[in-house]
Amino acid sequence: MAIQKASAKRAPRKRSDSSALPTDVTNELLLEFYREMLLIRRFEEKAGQMYGMGLIGGFCHLYIGQEAVVVGIQSALEDRDTIITSYRDHGHMLVCGMDPDGVMAELTGRSGGYSKGKGGSMHMFSEEKGFYGGHGIVGAQVPIGTGIAFAHKYLEENAVNVAYLGDGALNQGQVYESFNMASLWALPVVYVIENNRYGMGTSTERSSANSTELYHRGHAYGIPGMQVDGMDVVAVREAAKIAVEHARSGKGPYIMEMMTYRYRGHSMSDPAKYRSKEEVQKVREERDPIERLRAVMLKQKAIDEAGMKEIDKEVKAIVSKSAEFAQTSPEPDPSELYTDVYADA
Amino acid sequence: MPIEILMPALSPTMTEGKLARWMKNEGDKVSSGDILAEIETDKATMEVEAVDEGVLGKILIAGDTDNVAVNTPIAVLLEEGETEADIGKATSTAPAVEPAPAPQTSSAPASVAAPVAVEVAAESDWDGPVIKTTVRDALRDAMAEEMRRNKKVFLMGEEVAQYQGAYKISQGLLDEFGAKRVIDTPITEHGFAGLGVGAAFYGLNPIVEFMTFNFAMQAIDHIINSAAKTRYMSGGQVSSPIVFRGPNGVASRVGAQHSQCYASWYAHCPGLKVVSPYSAADAKGLLKSAIRDPNPVIFLENELMYGQSFDVPDTDDWIVPIGKAKVVRPGTDVTIVTFSLMVGKALAAAEELAKEGISAEVIDLRTIRPLDTETILASVRKTNRLVTVEEGWAFSGVGSEISAMVMEQAFDYLDAPVKRVAGVDVPLPYAANLEQLALPQSSHIVSAAKEVCYRV
Repeated sequence: MAIQKASAKRAPRKRSDSSALPTDVTNELLLEFYREMLLIRRFEEKAGQMYGMGLIGGFCHLYIGQEAVVVGIQSALEDRDTIITSYRDHGHMLVCGMDPDGVMAELTGRSGGYSKGKGGSMHMFSEEKGFYGGHGIVGAQVPIGTGIAFAHKYLEENAVNVAYLGDGALNQGQVYESFNMASLWALPVVYVIENNRYGMGTSTERSSANSTELYHRGHAYGIPGMQVDGMDVVAVREAAKIAVEHARSGKGPYIMEMMTYRYRGHSMSDPAKYRSKEEVQKVREERDPIERLRAVMLKQKAIDEAGMKEIDKEVKAIVSKSAEFAQTSPEPDPSELYTDVYADA
Repeated sequence: MPIEILMPALSPTMTEGKLARWMKNEGDKVSSGDILAEIETDKATMEVEAVDEGVLGKILIAGDTDNVAVNTPIAVLLEEGETEADIGKATSTAPAVEPAPAPQTSSAPASVAAPVAVEVAAESDWDGPVIKTTVRDALRDAMAEEMRRNKKVFLMGEEVAQYQGAYKISQGLLDEFGAKRVIDTPITEHGFAGLGVGAAFYGLNPIVEFMTFNFAMQAIDHIINSAAKTRYMSGGQVSSPIVFRGPNGVASRVGAQHSQCYASWYAHCPGLKVVSPYSAADAKGLLKSAIRDPNPVIFLENELMYGQSFDVPDTDDWIVPIGKAKVVRPGTDVTIVTFSLMVGKALAAAEELAKEGISAEVIDLRTIRPLDTETILASVRKTNRLVTVEEGWAFSGVGSEISAMVMEQAFDYLDAPVKRVAGVDVPLPYAANLEQLALPQSSHIVSAAKEVCYRV
């Protein structure tokens, strides 16, 4: 019966919408959430527009709709913590404090970009901000993030790695190889599944067994999981505090399943025929994370309409500046073609 | 100021498309995120969303219009307080694009095939005392010395700790360094290779042992996509100081899935260094260099060499630089270039050739990437004849690369076509006689050398 007891103790829990605000969610924090989420949305809209003008090339995966996930998680982290994600990465970079100018300039392939224009949308890094990419191979960031957590533990830093992955990546074998090692070695890592319901054009129902409870996927490895309303930034934050504390205290990994939605296609060239317009519209109208936060802020009297307009203007200015920089920053010098292949031994 | 809405590009290759229909009419209020119009590309019908807020002032291109070029103004959006009278003052939706500066001419690489140059340190000579050491112990000593020197160095892999290594390479390391730094992994190559790369990104110096390089096929995505490319993709910010090591090539009677040379696979990839030593002294000195190197290094050993003994300098600071080949037998008539186990066969062949009056120079590459082209070219300029020898297949092999390089850089010095000796182009058979037939033997090297010397 020991097994039953153990599994009961570590049984996954469901968390959902917060009705009353937790005491540590101050008005200032709500405004910060609003600013960050709006910055991501406006940035992504601008990126989409610039893609349309041919200023951004190749693949470009927008984060619109999912903003509450990274904003809520980041608010539960310390400066020494690290994060890693897949190719839908612009929001993660902005929220961990990377300069919007450098991110947008990387999208346009300019020398002022975070990777000097050599990485593009899917490949940006900032050691300073603890952001370790930006990975284009679905699922590959999961063992790498687990390895960064390994390093945190090895160096006794009391830091946590947050490894983000999509519902599609969750079916890659290397994810379970990582779960196994992370649990075996009690690594300080939080796996955040951003379940936006589609891996490119395939719904979770068509790709994933027991698709309504992906947070159970660590159960066999003894990893606790929780399902969270990923469109509610406050709920995300409160849940993340539990998961991060668990990992930081030496109890090993934690899995968070964020129920979220992307409004745009998988990438810019995806016409999104696999879902109805009504489905998208319904989420936008009923669950939009920014609209919901606006309602909470007004209810809390954290801000009035005029105050929100002021923030909108500030954010718009930041995004316009980044777009301007991304078009005026020069292309990388041809000599850059040959640099950064090897570090000097 | 009113904002011009431009015909968007909706795929990496789109240059024009059909403006199928407008979803908003002139005079409609528009919020960012609203769907303005539908556009048909060569691949699909896509929706265009509004980025800015305002009122749709004027539609410039009507619905159902074919062949609208990307970036053509298709409508004008009026911002708060503006009227139709302002339409003429419209600016496009993005700031004016400054033309990018014209690319400056840069020095082109010496040849298309020339890989990015890597600086190579000189090898120190050793005239001090030596100790007879097996390749196995030399590898173990290299790891132990580097682990004593740098606390960030650790070893992980299957059976490396409690079992003391599947091939006993890590014997004694667990006792000395403990379970924190000598780590038994589950059988999960893809996972622990990726984990090692993550630890390296963060500044640790992992040594990842593959029980054999055949199993690294499970992990090759992390070796190439994650370890080899990240420094470049990050503009030099994030490096992978990691060593992937283990036995490579053919052992004995273990069949096709366990018998393959990966030298040319990894040597193909910029961002990786690829090392494959023959002697114990080189194995030790090169493994120490690999562990200290800030780049990902593929360290290809050979099971049949593990038990062989060589003189190794009696010091804990014996370093052999990566990227330097070694002339292991000087000669004047023909150059034989090879690496790893095949060095022994080439030396035996040279002995045979000497009996027939042919003086063969044998070069042990030791490093496959970066390739020491200078040592090869200097030898070919002297002997004017070249034979390459490798255990792996000839097609796209290391010998093919060397042949092409010599053809490009020393064509006029060649007195005969280059001859490649390589494994037969089949998966390695199990039967003892067939296995023998599939692999390069000294007799093949002797024949090839005589052929290029026109002494058949």
